[in-house]
Amino acid sequence: MMKRLFAVWHARNLEFLRDRPTLLFTLLLPIGVVIGMGVIFGGPPRPLFTVGVLGTPAARQADPFLHERYVQFVPIRTEAKGLYEVTHQRIDLLLDLRGAVRYWVNTDSPKGYIVEKLLIAADPGARRQPVTGKAVPYVDWLFPGILAMNMMFSCLFGVGYVVLRYRKSGFLKRLHATPLTAFEFLSAQVLSRLSLIVFVTVVLYVGIGAIIHFHSGGSIALLLLLAIMGSLSMIALGLTIAARFSSEELVGGLLNLLTWPMMLLSGVWFSIAGAPRWVRWAADIFPLTQIVQAARAVMLDGAGIQRIAPNLIYLAATTLVFLGFGAWSFKWRVD
Amino acid sequence: MPESAPILEIRHLVKQYSSVTAVDGVSFAVPEGVCFGLLGPNGAGKTTTIEVMEGILPPTTGEVRYRGKPVGARFREEAGILFQKTALQDFLTVRQSLALFRGLYEHGLEIDEVLELCALEKLAGRDNRKLSGGQQQRLLLAIALVNDPKMLFLDEPTTGLDPQARRNFWELVESIKARRKTIILTTHYMEEAQLLCDEIAIMDRGRIIAQGAPQQLLREHFAEVLLELPRDDFPQVARALPLKVIEASDRVQISTHDLDGTLKTLIDARVPLRNLRIRPANLEDLFLDLTGKELRA
Repeated sequence: MMKRLFAVWHARNLEFLRDRPTLLFTLLLPIGVVIGMGVIFGGPPRPLFTVGVLGTPAARQADPFLHERYVQFVPIRTEAKGLYEVTHQRIDLLLDLRGAVRYWVNTDSPKGYIVEKLLIAADPGARRQPVTGKAVPYVDWLFPGILAMNMMFSCLFGVGYVVLRYRKSGFLKRLHATPLTAFEFLSAQVLSRLSLIVFVTVVLYVGIGAIIHFHSGGSIALLLLLAIMGSLSMIALGLTIAARFSSEELVGGLLNLLTWPMMLLSGVWFSIAGAPRWVRWAADIFPLTQIVQAARAVMLDGAGIQRIAPNLIYLAATTLVFLGFGAWSFKWRVD
Repeated sequence: MPESAPILEIRHLVKQYSSVTAVDGVSFAVPEGVCFGLLGPNGAGKTTTIEVMEGILPPTTGEVRYRGKPVGARFREEAGILFQKTALQDFLTVRQSLALFRGLYEHGLEIDEVLELCALEKLAGRDNRKLSGGQQQRLLLAIALVNDPKMLFLDEPTTGLDPQARRNFWELVESIKARRKTIILTTHYMEEAQLLCDEIAIMDRGRIIAQGAPQQLLREHFAEVLLELPRDDFPQVARALPLKVIEASDRVQISTHDLDGTLKTLIDARVPLRNLRIRPANLEDLFLDLTGKELRA
């Protein structure tokens, strides 16, 4: 079995590495996106203060500070969430209107310092609770998402279209006439794509790190484990889509149907913390959301394996479900 | 034809696609070491039959037995297959394509041995997409031989090849026959079947309409010689003559064991004989004869 698996894995790797345009595109696209987004969003601070607010709409209406100009007030659902945001300077100040007015301000934040002055002028009785924490530049926040999104596209489209091409050309039918089993073939595809994606991701991580000095506070080994688990889940999802169908249009449509919601809702570009509950629930289903959440926890907060264990377990479970379904429904030939 | 126990048996094979019956109750046995030809026009059911035999398609009813047992893992290890159409993995050289398939079998030949057998040594380092039609077909044959198969399935292997490439391919198949491999060959080239096959089954509309050794079938159906005339030289009035006439697209064939009497009949009917050709019957004639009868039935 291992001999057959190795033969298919090796041949697929040769095919990918010799397909220079595809290889270059796979490497250059995410680099370009990171640089572009860094240029667009990573510039000088914008003249706008953001204050998170805990409390009911009625309480918010009554507080005089909330009528200040040039300050954006955003509702925050929980105190923990608000503290996370203010600690990472994602907001400049957290205001609690649920009882006696109090606020948290990050003493490392210049904008926090100024907006605090505005608050004291409007509401001198507010109780101060200082926190500390460095700002997270947008590029640092974006980078884990870009890596994850690159993995998603490479896994879904790479595996999906390759298997579809093999089926349509009759190559799968030829393989079916050998002792190779569907499980061996799929496993070889998973391992081949996995090794390529991990390689490309490491190249991107190191390469982009040399261009843009992003911050990563967590364990590299844990990030590697996350990259492997995330890739496995995405590859298995791609194989599930490609397992049966022979139409490029249909497979392309299904892959787009999966990638667009994942791209928009998994928090790669912007946080969906303020979105309705059902949207957040739907977003949590996507493997990409799990990868992005876990990658940010490791890279931005230095989280350990315990904290991201639920994400890893979810990715492992979805890998088994997708791969099982893909192997069960796999078709070697066009009908 | 060598006498031995059948290596492959097909029993009451039926393959249906919704309302179309592609194979309709086909049974035959293939002795070990022979080249067995499945002949028939396009759409006769040859490829469907061979793909069920190869285990690629499941039969609707009936069964295929290899060495007395249902087709299984042993068959996959011991069968070599050349499909009518096969694409290979892109960006691989000839040698790497062979290595990929060699890696899928427990036993087989060395890559260099297969390259030599199929005259591919000089092409070993070439990208498989840059081969000519004949070279591509030799590579596909090499892939089918890489596991040193006991049975070799060749599904219309020379379709689309130029005459020179076709003859080269036939020489290769003859060298493989010399190694005592059992070969199942489908073709619609009667010349190919006549040259390579020890036994043939002629299929039409999903059924076998004749089976046996080529010379035996020819003796059974043509105890006589064939007179061949261009269609334009055979007037309408001559069609009423008491002759066994087989109509082909551009010519008319008259089958007879009384050559002198037939010639006299034609001369008396003032049929021009300047383009007359007299020759023994071949499989092409047999096929035409058989399917003509079938169509009139």
